[in-house]
Amino acid sequence: MLLACAVSLVASAAFSVMFNAPKKSVIPGGVVGMIAWMLYIGLPAYFHASQVFSTFVAAFVAGAICQVFARIFCMPVIVFSVSGMIPLVPGGTAYDTMRHLAEGSYNQAVQLASETFLMAGAIAFGLVLSGTFIPFFLKRLRKAR
Amino acid sequence: MRRRNKGMYMDNQSYSISDVMELCLLAGKLMLEGGAETHRVEDTITRLAMNYRVETINVFSTPTAIIVSMREENTPSDYTKLVRIHDRSTNLQLITLVNDLSRRAGRDRLSLQEARNELLKIQKSPAVYSTLVHIIAAVLGSGCFTLMFQGSYADFFPSVLAGGVGYSLFLAFRRFVSVKFFSEVVSSFTIGLIARICVHFGFGVQLDKIIIGSVMPLVPGLLITNAIRDLMSGDLFSGLSRGAEAFLTAFAIGTGIAFVIAAG
Repeated sequence: MLLACAVSLVASAAFSVMFNAPKKSVIPGGVVGMIAWMLYIGLPAYFHASQVFSTFVAAFVAGAICQVFARIFCMPVIVFSVSGMIPLVPGGTAYDTMRHLAEGSYNQAVQLASETFLMAGAIAFGLVLSGTFIPFFLKRLRKAR
Repeated sequence: MRRRNKGMYMDNQSYSISDVMELCLLAGKLMLEGGAETHRVEDTITRLAMNYRVETINVFSTPTAIIVSMREENTPSDYTKLVRIHDRSTNLQLITLVNDLSRRAGRDRLSLQEARNELLKIQKSPAVYSTLVHIIAAVLGSGCFTLMFQGSYADFFPSVLAGGVGYSLFLAFRRFVSVKFFSEVVSSFTIGLIARICVHFGFGVQLDKIIIGSVMPLVPGLLITNAIRDLMSGDLFSGLSRGAEAFLTAFAIGTGIAFVIAAG
């Protein structure tokens, strides 16, 4: 568990470096990616949630944290959200789809392809939902204070 | 994006509308080259222009071109200009700096000359990380992703090797070959080949996990995210073209890997 934490943190931070993120945002970007990944593997393991649903939840929570970080560090949201989304990208299923296509087992390929699309859609939906609600919520919070 | 100026602007300097246009287009160009989402590009351009005697402004931005049309106050006609964007990469630092400048220009009341100097300085500033650091990051990222996708510890080093070589090859090709598709196919093919050779000689166990991890640095993560963002915020044109680019990239990676798998 601790290892998964560390590995996903390093991986997400490495991706923010590859995307030329400002130095100050590399570690926070890694933290966002770590949280997204822990939710993504934790929800199916402990709550028997489906893969697509846990992707959605992870994307939503990561998006919300990105919004908060963007305000704390005074940087555009995209700086954090990119490295946060990278662990959720359905690279594994996309690869399996490709492999089955190359091997000629089309039925399985179609099944995997639809799963890939659903997961990509879940990331998008989670991200957009948090991008719509969280700024509204944060504005209310600031006004109340 | 269309807006009408209601605020106050600094009027103590002499500049023409074409200077304002130059400033706005340069800012937009830098942001798009850094991979910013369409909404943010249009927002930055509008925000910048609003500081400098512009009455109305219309911005239309796509991943490959920006069109800006603005009207100076007390003049009857609009002034329109187009700029083409040729190379797009991912540079979040660039986006942050330009976005910062556009906010500062309004808050600190920067003059046009000051704003332009700052922008030119941003344009000339060197990359945040050297190529070597990029490759090290790719190496670390590949290895970690292999572990994350339940690869065994024995798979860590093969994927480090394949990911590092693949990404270096991708960077080198991108510098000399203008067709991005080609460099992606070649580097993913190389990744597949290295992974296969490693597994064949008992250096690494699961071929699939090694390949998935090493291919991650090439995956168009930012493009996909941006495409969806653009579509959802109503910039349909940009969203579709970014989606097409992301699909093409994914297809290129898939093709390179499929060559290796289908080979036997």
